Amino acid sequence: MTLVLTLTVLILVAISIWQITKIFELSQGNKENTQVATDSDNNYNGKLMFAFLLFIYGLTLFSFWAWGDVLLPEAASEHGTDYDNLMWISFAIIFFVQTITQALLHYFAYKYRGEKGKKALFYADNDRLEAIWTIIPVITLSGLILYGLYTWTDIMSPSENEEALVVELYAQQFNWKARYAGTDGVLGDANVRFLQDFDGKNLVGIDATDPNGLDDVVVQELHLPVGREVVFKMRSQDVLHSAYMPFFRAQMNCVPGMITEFAFTPVTTTAEMRLSPEIQTKVRKINKIRNEKSQELIANGDEALEPYEFDYLLLCNKICGASHYNMQMKIVVETPEEFEKWMAQQQTFAQSIQ
Amino acid sequence: MSTAAAHAHEEDHGHHHKETFMTKYVFSQDHKMISKQYLITGLFMGIIGIAMSLLFRLQLAWPEQPFGVFEVLLGKWAPDGVMDPNVYLALVTIHGTIMVFFVLTAGLSGTFSNLLIPLQIGARDMASGLLNMISFWLFFLSSVIMVISLFVEAGPAAAGWTVYPPLSALPQAQPGSGLGMTLWLVSMAIFIASSLLGSLNYIVTVLNLRTKGMTMTRLPLTIWAFFVTAIIGVVSFPVLLSAALLLIMDRSFGTSFFLSDIFIQGEVLHYQGGSPVLYEHLFWFLGHPEVYIVLLPALGITSEIIATHARKPIFGYRAMIASILAIAFLSTIVWGHHMFISGMNPFLGSVFTFTTLLIAIPSAVKAFNYITTLWKGNLQLNPAMLFSIGLVSTFISGGLTGIILGDSTLDINVHDTYFVVAHFHLVMGISALYGLFAGVYHWFPKMFGRMMNKNLGYIHFWVTAVAAYGVFFPMHFIGMAGLPRRYYTNTAFPYFDDLADINVVITVFALIAGAAQLVFLYNFIHSMFYGKPTKQNPWRSNTLEWTAPIEHMHGNWPGAIPHVHRWAYDYSKPGHDEDFVPQHIPLKKGEEELQH
Repeated sequence: MTLVLTLTVLILVAISIWQITKIFELSQGNKENTQVATDSDNNYNGKLMFAFLLFIYGLTLFSFWAWGDVLLPEAASEHGTDYDNLMWISFAIIFFVQTITQALLHYFAYKYRGEKGKKALFYADNDRLEAIWTIIPVITLSGLILYGLYTWTDIMSPSENEEALVVELYAQQFNWKARYAGTDGVLGDANVRFLQDFDGKNLVGIDATDPNGLDDVVVQELHLPVGREVVFKMRSQDVLHSAYMPFFRAQMNCVPGMITEFAFTPVTTTAEMRLSPEIQTKVRKINKIRNEKSQELIANGDEALEPYEFDYLLLCNKICGASHYNMQMKIVVETPEEFEKWMAQQQTFAQSIQ
Repeated sequence: MSTAAAHAHEEDHGHHHKETFMTKYVFSQDHKMISKQYLITGLFMGIIGIAMSLLFRLQLAWPEQPFGVFEVLLGKWAPDGVMDPNVYLALVTIHGTIMVFFVLTAGLSGTFSNLLIPLQIGARDMASGLLNMISFWLFFLSSVIMVISLFVEAGPAAAGWTVYPPLSALPQAQPGSGLGMTLWLVSMAIFIASSLLGSLNYIVTVLNLRTKGMTMTRLPLTIWAFFVTAIIGVVSFPVLLSAALLLIMDRSFGTSFFLSDIFIQGEVLHYQGGSPVLYEHLFWFLGHPEVYIVLLPALGITSEIIATHARKPIFGYRAMIASILAIAFLSTIVWGHHMFISGMNPFLGSVFTFTTLLIAIPSAVKAFNYITTLWKGNLQLNPAMLFSIGLVSTFISGGLTGIILGDSTLDINVHDTYFVVAHFHLVMGISALYGLFAGVYHWFPKMFGRMMNKNLGYIHFWVTAVAAYGVFFPMHFIGMAGLPRRYYTNTAFPYFDDLADINVVITVFALIAGAAQLVFLYNFIHSMFYGKPTKQNPWRSNTLEWTAPIEHMHGNWPGAIPHVHRWAYDYSKPGHDEDFVPQHIPLKKGEEELQH
């Protein structure tokens, strides 16, 4: 990486030096310099335009080669597969259009660089051409819009599912909590007014007079059973937050004063994900980086970094204050049996306020 | 349409009265001086805005490392030279505010609308010189207040440039939401007043003061762009003003427009029944058109420059006007695409996806028309032309990723990530900046009577062009990796450890890009005093501003205002010896005004 950087800087420095010598050349010539481009300016800037096209292509290829592995792994939710398909189709179209249009733009800039005595073609209009490049985007975009809207409706209006697990995500500066509905499957009423009840033990402000709330379970780590739809109800107690779960292609803002919703079905457990070759390569790479950093830290007399192990994440993705960058919660996707076992160990609201 | 009599009347008092230093350089009512004032204030704000971005890029590439420059510039906000997270957010916020409003709205549109509207339509000045002067001084005042807010004890506003409540409304939520936020809101309210006065003036001037023969369909595309931009501004800025006023009410007078059910710092607040989503609607009702308020003038400038320097008529003049109008109309009904996951009804998301993706159509028409204008041209690759071609390139690269963000489904996972940052910086930030630079290089002779140094211009362009892609192309990858924007550092997540390299690359390119702007500044200031004196019409352009004398004068033309006989794009027209035929040259016998 350092090598690439050094090379880039060197190339840029070289270009600057070349340009500066150019200035000298021109300032020493006898010709009057009007600061308007001459044939020689047109010539070398035209060629640079062509070189710039190669630079854009090169940068694209280089980025994919060097950083293609930082992209998110395959989606771990049911709708995530549709999401990824739509994403790759859109990208294919984008790359196609980008490649062609940048080529035309820069090639024309090179090919038609000006010369004294040449005359441009007086070409002001062509209805047919313009119709073509209006209609082609119309058709392409119609396709994308239809596909997009179909997927959107699918994701955002989940069918009434009695079996779904209802979980409340509760956001505050700067941490997350999750509340499960308990055995009755209904979340108890809640409001920030109740937060100070029970000496602050009422972590998400459950209304203790609502019987539905007594068996609710409030936790700091989100556990989800694989293969079962989860309906998230989101709340925030102070400012806007956004519950962002990139591995599941899921996100929804948490808004004080209202409850927002998002639903998805996780399809890969944490354990399975850790075994996937994609994640294993990534974890190895990250640990290599962390190892190198640790050596430096040890040399300075500091503690080494913990080795990294893959976990699903919930991040805050709406600016919420100083520690916005560190507002996170671990998500564990596990088999239904493991999930039930874990749930049985948790305290209910009734237990926690005693 | 103004009459000859009105012109004669203006000429009487136009250029014979005595001027003092104050009326000529400070409280000037002359549009050319006001334009220069806008440009110089805008550039000054631009230096602050860009410098801030370099500071937070250093923090992102080498998180929590001490830097001497932080100690010098940030003082107690960077204990031991390490940037504080609150300051990071403040820098990001003020960078955004300054670049979007102060540089790319006032600095770009204010400068060139003022300079070009009267000169290109053939008017003595703006419809109201007084309002024009007030507009500038309100802008100046709002700039001063914004700069003062940087020196507030607890720091300037830090809630992001969109200043969503409750974060921006509650001083308990972050230090920047105290006095800094109040000053931010006051500054913006004044800015909006300035912008409205300016816009009204532009609209009235274009509609009423065109010279004889300058029909709407003979207007240069610059004027069309400024005209439509002013209309969008008048339609949408008042809504932001209302949002700002309601936010001030919530902050200072205990109302609950945007706030409800809040518990913060161990205390339940009294607010009931308001909704932050309402603020988001109001903000983006301006916020999205604002993108086009920034971009359309840049596109107008590009249209004019590409045609002039390609020595070819702009391809599809009527289609260009139609696409400006279509973009303007659509821009007011797409704001919801910033709010797909705000909690608003998903059905609205569908509607906004539809309208948003429609904008791609006029945008594509514009891009293809620019490319066709280059085809078989005789391209004079002056710095202005390079920046215009550069604009088309970044407009395409940045615009295409809009297809992803405008699609509600795909937005779910890239919303508010670095993918968004990369997208809007390319499509509106860099493109509009290129438009600003192109305009400065092209009209510098008109503004200051001297030429800028072209070789320094070439260095400026090529280094900036390479570095801009170097900054923003890799940024897409960080976003696709799932990293949210406005993170002080990503070291809190080991999962993102492999992004460190990319962050270093981006910062190095950002520093190079920053350095390249110094070349521009040097060139700008040096040429103002020592540049080569310009010829009457250095770029051999068709538009009317080049018929006005080089030495500025009140009323723009010493004698009668030239009449217009043709559109602005008769370049390389067959049957003429020269490769340009200015608008005030009558049609030859038998010559057809073919075009549009």
